[in-house]
Amino acid sequence: MSLISVRNLSVRYGDFTVLERVNLEVAQQEFCSIVGASGCGKSTFLRLLLSEEQPSGGEIRIDGAPIAKEPQADRGVVFQRYSVFPHLSVIENVILPMELEASAFCGRFFGARRRRAKEEAAHLLERVGLSHVRDAYPKTLSGGMQQRLAIAQALIPKPKVLLLDEPFGALDPGTRQTMHEIILSLWEEEKMTIFMVTHDLKEGFKLGTRLLVFDKLRWDPQAPEAYGATITYDLPIDRRDVLPPELEAKAEALNKEPSRNEGPLNALP
Amino acid sequence: MGRLINRRPGRAGQVLLGALPFILLAAAYLMASDARLAVNPNDKLLPSVQSFVDAINRLAFQPDPRKGTYILWDDTLASLLRLGIGLSVATGFGLVAGVAIGLLPLARSAFAPVVAVLSMVPPLAILPILFIVFGLGEVAKVMLIVIGVTPFMVRDLSMSVATLPREQLVKAQTLGASTWQIVTRVVLPQTLPRLVSALRLSLGPAWLFLISSEAIAATEGLGYRIFLVRRYLAMDVILPYVAWITLLAFMIDWALRHLSDRAFDWQPGERGL
Repeated sequence: MSLISVRNLSVRYGDFTVLERVNLEVAQQEFCSIVGASGCGKSTFLRLLLSEEQPSGGEIRIDGAPIAKEPQADRGVVFQRYSVFPHLSVIENVILPMELEASAFCGRFFGARRRRAKEEAAHLLERVGLSHVRDAYPKTLSGGMQQRLAIAQALIPKPKVLLLDEPFGALDPGTRQTMHEIILSLWEEEKMTIFMVTHDLKEGFKLGTRLLVFDKLRWDPQAPEAYGATITYDLPIDRRDVLPPELEAKAEALNKEPSRNEGPLNALP
Repeated sequence: MGRLINRRPGRAGQVLLGALPFILLAAAYLMASDARLAVNPNDKLLPSVQSFVDAINRLAFQPDPRKGTYILWDDTLASLLRLGIGLSVATGFGLVAGVAIGLLPLARSAFAPVVAVLSMVPPLAILPILFIVFGLGEVAKVMLIVIGVTPFMVRDLSMSVATLPREQLVKAQTLGASTWQIVTRVVLPQTLPRLVSALRLSLGPAWLFLISSEAIAATEGLGYRIFLVRRYLAMDVILPYVAWITLLAFMIDWALRHLSDRAFDWQPGERGL
């Protein structure tokens, strides 16, 4: 049985249709890359998976049960920015989820429990390469380090699904490369399901086991808001590091404004 | 270095430039005072330095012949107590209401409009009501400070809470935080620096309300003394009192600023403001 099933999902704001007829079945431990032009509803789709927003129609199920109406610990998230808490040091950011789970009123550990939690967190920090800055505040960290911290923090509650909203979008290419390796190794070890929204088709192709392309199937020049986007391509990806040459050109097109008459990705194999 | 916008003072130059206006003000006062006293040695408007020294000595270091206490310290204690209680109540209430309105949509819908309207009521206009309701004692004076400062605190803090990134609140929920935990572990710690700066900005209005209410009905207090001796044109008392109030206000502000810089070292951005 699939872990996540999305049935006939749609989102409308008044007359403005963002998403329509989205259907999807995702098995456990898949890594879905979500790509599409700006404003095609891919971030909206992620917010629905997060329950930050409610769909106008259709439903999302996890393990056969409808998802909770508000964000829960079963779905972790890393945003492009503001994903860590600036008033907590690196190690405090990582032990925060443990404190929240164990101490309903104080939300804090003291004494021996705090030490134990810190030891556990130290192990995770080691894996994402932040041991040397464990007592620093996020303001002193680089963008890449902050994102590594955000990922480590999101993994603590052991979410079934990890949602990544352009997590590497603000990083320079070298840092991105490192982040890719880190996220792949964590994904393999933790055996979780990942959804990653990205602007970068190459990145999506490199990391994902499956590529979901969001685009509008129908387009009315007189009423651009009438039709919403849906998943136009659902592509299984073999593990390989390079983008096939025929997709290179499409990657370029994706970064530009979409030409609406022929969806930029309609010629995908 | 040609353009004025590129010319910067050195270290000594900074101190000198900073001190210059004070020196000029003092010099101007002394010259004017001398000129008036030369014409009329009994002039009360611009007293000499010696009369200031005498007045300060009499009020601060000699016990009052009638009550046997030191007037300046009595006045200071009474005023600081009113100020402290008033500001504490306003800050406490401002924090609770500000966080509630900033974070909880239900509280925002219920209370934001009434706070917006109430904050437009001029506090001094309802001073008579306070005296009627609370009598002429301490409560009315403290209440004026509370009523004058609280709406600003509530609005400032609720705006600050509302500008916390949405991402942080969502992230906290995905880490399993309840509303209470979000308040205590995410929102409050990040609101405290703003609370301190709101308090600093409220010091000026708080002193204004304090002195106004002391001027109207009190038996001791810094504002009371100033308005009492005004009848005798006792500038030799009024000016040292004004300087003392200024110094007190400046020191409280300085202490709060340093507290903020030390206690909230996680904060990015401007220091020393």
